[in-house]
Amino acid sequence: MRQMTITEKILAKHAGLREVAPGELINARVDIALGNDITAPIAISEFRNIGAKKVFNRNKVVLVPDHFTPNKDIKSAAQVKLLREFAKEQKLKHYFEGGDVGVEHALLPEKGIVVPGDVVIGADSHTCTYGALGAFSTGVGSTDLAAAMVTGEAWFKVPESMKFVFSGKLNKWVSGKDLILRVIGDIGVDGALYRAMEFTGRAVERLSMDSRMAMCNMAIEAGAKSGIIAPDAVTKEYVNGRAERPYKFYSSDPGASYVEVREYDCSGIEPTVACPHLPENTRKVSELRNITIDQVIIGSCTNGRLEDLKVAARVLKGKKAAKYVRLIIIPATPFIYNEAMRLGYFDIFLKAGAVISPPTCGPCLGGHMGILAAGERALATTNRNFVGRMGDPKSEVYLANPAVAAATAVKGRIAHPDEVSK
Amino acid sequence: MKLKGRVWKFGADMDTDKIIPARYLNTSDPAELAKHCMEDEDPSFAAKVRPGDIILADKNFGCGSSREHAPIAIKAAGVACVIAKSFARIFYRNSFNMGLTILESDEVYGATDEGDVLEIDVSTGAIVNLTKGRSFTARPVPPFMQELIKAGGLMESIRKRGFV
Repeated sequence: MRQMTITEKILAKHAGLREVAPGELINARVDIALGNDITAPIAISEFRNIGAKKVFNRNKVVLVPDHFTPNKDIKSAAQVKLLREFAKEQKLKHYFEGGDVGVEHALLPEKGIVVPGDVVIGADSHTCTYGALGAFSTGVGSTDLAAAMVTGEAWFKVPESMKFVFSGKLNKWVSGKDLILRVIGDIGVDGALYRAMEFTGRAVERLSMDSRMAMCNMAIEAGAKSGIIAPDAVTKEYVNGRAERPYKFYSSDPGASYVEVREYDCSGIEPTVACPHLPENTRKVSELRNITIDQVIIGSCTNGRLEDLKVAARVLKGKKAAKYVRLIIIPATPFIYNEAMRLGYFDIFLKAGAVISPPTCGPCLGGHMGILAAGERALATTNRNFVGRMGDPKSEVYLANPAVAAATAVKGRIAHPDEVSK
Repeated sequence: MKLKGRVWKFGADMDTDKIIPARYLNTSDPAELAKHCMEDEDPSFAAKVRPGDIILADKNFGCGSSREHAPIAIKAAGVACVIAKSFARIFYRNSFNMGLTILESDEVYGATDEGDVLEIDVSTGAIVNLTKGRSFTARPVPPFMQELIKAGGLMESIRKRGFV
């Protein structure tokens, strides 16, 4: 039998095939189909247009209106109303709003709605996040979501896989965010186009689940179809007590084939920043001097998890954000929000002069809750720094990890965490 | 199907935020989205583009978000076809699903200037630059995608398969 990668094995299983090979077109069962307040309205309209009456499984269609929550204006409120009415009509098990809503890609793993071995599609490009659990998970558009809501299936071209092997010990202040930024800086924003990125090696095995999610989250920023990490003891510990369905651990065969294998020694990776206006424009933070910042955002589906808030609190403890710098911290889910409060991080953030926002995608995509004026510059723990991403087309966004973000807020310019905290 | 239109040229890595900024995604009304098409790259584009025009771009067109609003905005702005050296995968999929004609070609970009008139035979992939008198062939559309187009798009194909 063909030696397969973890991605090929999961896809084969969901297509009812013994084996699949890159390039093959398959129809696969989906375990979860996800939409949000931006993408689901179109999907719901497509669903109705062909005369569909019922979703294929009310437990497997998930709607999370997270992008403009709390609804920023009349139009976004109308979009969410559509989702809510559809969720009620279809008796969807998973619909989140108000005090229950969080950023979808933090919320679904946390609630155990996505589990290892799944095939997940989401009408949101960062759906690739769930690869951190050992699932095949990819972003699609609204029509693909509509089709899956009806059929419970999606078509895929089996992707080629690229392997990234990380060895060595992570330097202080370095997290999954820096590893993925380094990779994107090396291969470019289409360096993994149409491919699955498989992250492996001793350094990845030692990474926390939060850091793994940050890595897989940004696979799309290299153009990839998916990112994936083979499940292990860290995964098991994370999913135990959360998973709402039985799960399965898959791993790549020793003889599986890859179009490319890249090796990284983590001792050479420093805290990294992606400069405007593409995630591939990466520099070591130590190389960036005197870049003043107007706003710092700590949050998003990339870095709004508890580990991220913990390291931000560590850097910010007893410090204040520089005058004229707006520091906005956005815990990604209600659970993370509550934990951060319970652990005393909120005291540290508030004393530092931060604004603590309810969970929302908000400013990451220039929605609300921290929009930039022309000529303003932000450093954010988010995933995209495209032109106009966080506001005016003449504003700028730099991307970095939460420790760098916190240090930057204190200094009022892009700063290394060592400059602020021991 | 044959198309003839005037070219608007764009560079590499035209992301979905340039195609339709997220600040306008509080609606999915095609006419509303069309007003802001390509706005953060060329604020005057929506005003000057005419029905039947063609977008010609370098590599990785449509990278970034999964928003189907991107091909919807382009189509509603009147653009008949997008030709690029390559497309980001979600944009590629979305375009076939919602019916925006897209073609891949490495050669047309370097040999065509903005304002040139192209004639395109979508079924064969033949592209003629009428202004410069040069001919090209786009990369063939995969048979699976051709079937999808013939079926009338993804949703129509599902209806025909008897799911509804």
